[in-house]
Amino acid sequence: MSFLQLNGVEKMFGNLRAIKGVNLSIEKGEFIVFVGPSGCGKSTLLRMIAGLTEIDGGSLQLDGRDITRLPSSKRDLAMVFQSYALYPHMSVFDNMSFALRLANVDKAVIQQKVQRAAEILNLTQYLQRTPKELSGGQRQRVAIGRAIVRAPKVFLFDEPLSNLDAALRGQTRVEIAKLHRDLGATTIYVTHDQVEAMTLADRVVVLRDGAIEQVGSPLDLYDRPANQFVAQFIGTPQMNVVDTAALPGLDAVVGAGQVPDGFIGVRPENVIVRPAGGGKIPGHVELIESLGADTLIYAQVGASDHGVQLVARQAERTGLRPGDAVGLDIMPASFHLFDRQGRTVGGAGAARAA
Amino acid sequence: MHMKNMALIVRTVSAWLITLVVVFPLIWLVITAFKTEQQAIAVPPQLFFAPTMESFEEVNLRSDYLHFARNSVITSLVSTVLGLAIAAPAAYSMAFFRTRKTRDILMWMLSTKMMPAVGALVPVYVMAQTAGLLDSLTALIVVFTLSNLPIMVWMLYSGFKDIPGDILEAARMDGANVWGEFLHVIRPLAMGTLASTGLLCLVLAWNEAFWSLNLSSAKAGTLATLIASYSSPEGLFWAKLSAASLMAIAPIVVVGWFSQKQLVQGLTFGAVK
Amino acid sequence: MNRLMPRLLMSPAVITLFLWMIVPLVMTLYFSTVRYNLMQPGDKDFIGLANFEFFVTDPDFSASVANTLLLLGSVIAITVVLGVALALLVNDPFPGRGIVRVLLISPFFVMPTANALLWKHMMMNPIYGILAQVWIFFGAQPVDWLTDHPLFSVILMVAWQWLPFACLIFITSLQSLDRDQMEAAGMDGANALQKFWFLTLPHLGRPIAVVVMIEMIFLMSVFAEIFTTTGGGPGNESTNVAFLIFKQALMNFDVGVASAGALFAVVLANIAAVFLIRMIGKNLD
Repeated sequence: MSFLQLNGVEKMFGNLRAIKGVNLSIEKGEFIVFVGPSGCGKSTLLRMIAGLTEIDGGSLQLDGRDITRLPSSKRDLAMVFQSYALYPHMSVFDNMSFALRLANVDKAVIQQKVQRAAEILNLTQYLQRTPKELSGGQRQRVAIGRAIVRAPKVFLFDEPLSNLDAALRGQTRVEIAKLHRDLGATTIYVTHDQVEAMTLADRVVVLRDGAIEQVGSPLDLYDRPANQFVAQFIGTPQMNVVDTAALPGLDAVVGAGQVPDGFIGVRPENVIVRPAGGGKIPGHVELIESLGADTLIYAQVGASDHGVQLVARQAERTGLRPGDAVGLDIMPASFHLFDRQGRTVGGAGAARAA
Repeated sequence: MHMKNMALIVRTVSAWLITLVVVFPLIWLVITAFKTEQQAIAVPPQLFFAPTMESFEEVNLRSDYLHFARNSVITSLVSTVLGLAIAAPAAYSMAFFRTRKTRDILMWMLSTKMMPAVGALVPVYVMAQTAGLLDSLTALIVVFTLSNLPIMVWMLYSGFKDIPGDILEAARMDGANVWGEFLHVIRPLAMGTLASTGLLCLVLAWNEAFWSLNLSSAKAGTLATLIASYSSPEGLFWAKLSAASLMAIAPIVVVGWFSQKQLVQGLTFGAVK
Repeated sequence: MNRLMPRLLMSPAVITLFLWMIVPLVMTLYFSTVRYNLMQPGDKDFIGLANFEFFVTDPDFSASVANTLLLLGSVIAITVVLGVALALLVNDPFPGRGIVRVLLISPFFVMPTANALLWKHMMMNPIYGILAQVWIFFGAQPVDWLTDHPLFSVILMVAWQWLPFACLIFITSLQSLDRDQMEAAGMDGANALQKFWFLTLPHLGRPIAVVVMIEMIFLMSVFAEIFTTTGGGPGNESTNVAFLIFKQALMNFDVGVASAGALFAVVLANIAAVFLIRMIGKNLD
């Protein structure tokens, strides 16, 4: 029995089945990220774990206890809200000590715990301010501090970085990762940003339409996606996924007789661009994006009227220009084969199906 | 830029001029209150004179001004407090325990405010007369409370709804039960709404003239009725009228300045944001 | 706890308002069908619709309806037009704008009786009043406003009192006007007048409708001003429906006829209220 267990969890909104029988086991100390497109149910699932949204079916166990019907106030969970939800009429100190005060904890103990959390989060000089007087980043840290002080069984984060500007986001992401390393607390983190998922998670849960598509470590999902959805959701730029019928010369790449009716996926870094004449797939350059450390080459291959586009990524700068003829190659054993339903049926990704 | 400066000057001057013209009657009232009766009727009207408190004193002495002021204070305060006591629980319930019928009930409550007071004049008068409550503070308090109740419910409801839902959820996560949520989050945050709603209704009750004129006279009359009695002049009385009026309206006008936002919200029933 | 608590919390308000609505209504319905004079209490004979007939055939009736409509229409027109103009004037910042706005809303908080007397004696008195002085200054004969133009005088008083209300509403609404849209229009070549006509005015459409409806409802009950100044006269020149009902009830003591009149006023008010309720309902999440 793992630390946090979801068994067949269901949620209905009217006639809509929003969460469809989710099963998940989370170990103590793990950093789990729920990721997926808008409307996939990740926030709903988080709120169900928190107790803010009722669980309609299935059960939820925490540390051996069934908490499916338990109210939020008794679950010993702490949540960091997307909007921070700080108490506007209380000082930072009072915000952070609120839960402890409700639990009638000794004043001296409260003082010590809040001070410690404030030190960790660099909030010591703001303890007497009210949320109004704080910047967005500071408010966010108070929200986190409020959770830390309680030392709950599980930390829940609901898209905590989405209201921050880009620079602050990157910075805070690193801080959250450090916090987890130092405190070692079990954490469930919801985001739509797959970069956060990749960098923060021990394991990632990819959700779509209320069901789990795949669970695994970030690199696991990257190298061995179980289906086309996961393959294209993880990784920037997106994996090239092309109808096998539209790409000529695949036999040579994949192996004779192995080309399925479906799709083939190749990550941009596994697409090699060679000068015209070389490479097994002829095409021409559409667009070059030079990002400094990376260069992205968008190439049009196949029949020119309904050809397909492949994106290639390389570390070296290029002298190619739009319109230039090129030949593309696919790194051996780096492609993924999907059937018409999007399931992985071959290629590198299939190695996981053991 | 030259053009922008010109436009600003034109706007400033015209705004000030027009405002002074619009508000002139009030300004004149204030000025006249500090004159003697002779100065008040001087033709052409005097703009510069030696101000005196003479008229204020006379008003206080002669026409038991204080009696009526006391009635105004009592009726406004009591009706406001009573109204809040009735309206707050209802607004709380509608804001936090919404049902499908909540909207309809709210609309119905608002609609009761839209009926002309004159429609209820006859029955209320007859009832008051039968109960021996004519010219009594009780009758006025009851009527004022009922008149302002819809506005109070509406404004408190809006204020309660403005409390962000996720703060309540945060409180729940922090271990608060329903009572805890109310005590620690809702009550402190709703204080502002309660105060401003109370303030606005205080103003409305203070200025209430229709019921005061019809249901009360010498005993329970409010300042509104007192002022009305100056309608038929008895000798020189302009300065006194001004002084009396000024004393009657000044506190409320000042309070009104502070409740502008609530006024918009309350009297348009939120139809204008 | 779940079902009971909310109902308990709401019941005082719901019950009191229900009684406040039903009891007068039922009584009015009853009174309107009987002969009941406060000076001659005794048997209240059922006389059917005779009261209505009496009320409607009263020579003052048509005059009062006309006056009411005139009062409503004029005050609404004045307050809306001037209100929009003033709101536009004080919308953009200028030195002292805060004070100007505070001053502009003051008349609304003056109690109606003080308002009435302020105008009656200070402004409109043909000998000592300010308006008289101004007239004399320009070499004209001062006007005896209340005697010669009673309804107009009342309109003036009421409009003065409600102008700040309209102005405040419009100021509030103008604050939510999209600046970006204005700038885009400017770049598209619109001048100030076109911007007003095509952008500002439509944006004000809703608040104007609200102001019109609110004023319709509350102005129907204009009473204190008439009571304190003209007493409905001379004759019935400044009597409105509300004052007429008052006259029947508390001057003629004919409760029956007054009740009939009250029902009439309630029906009128209901028409405006229906529209207002619909508009509010749309705004209510």
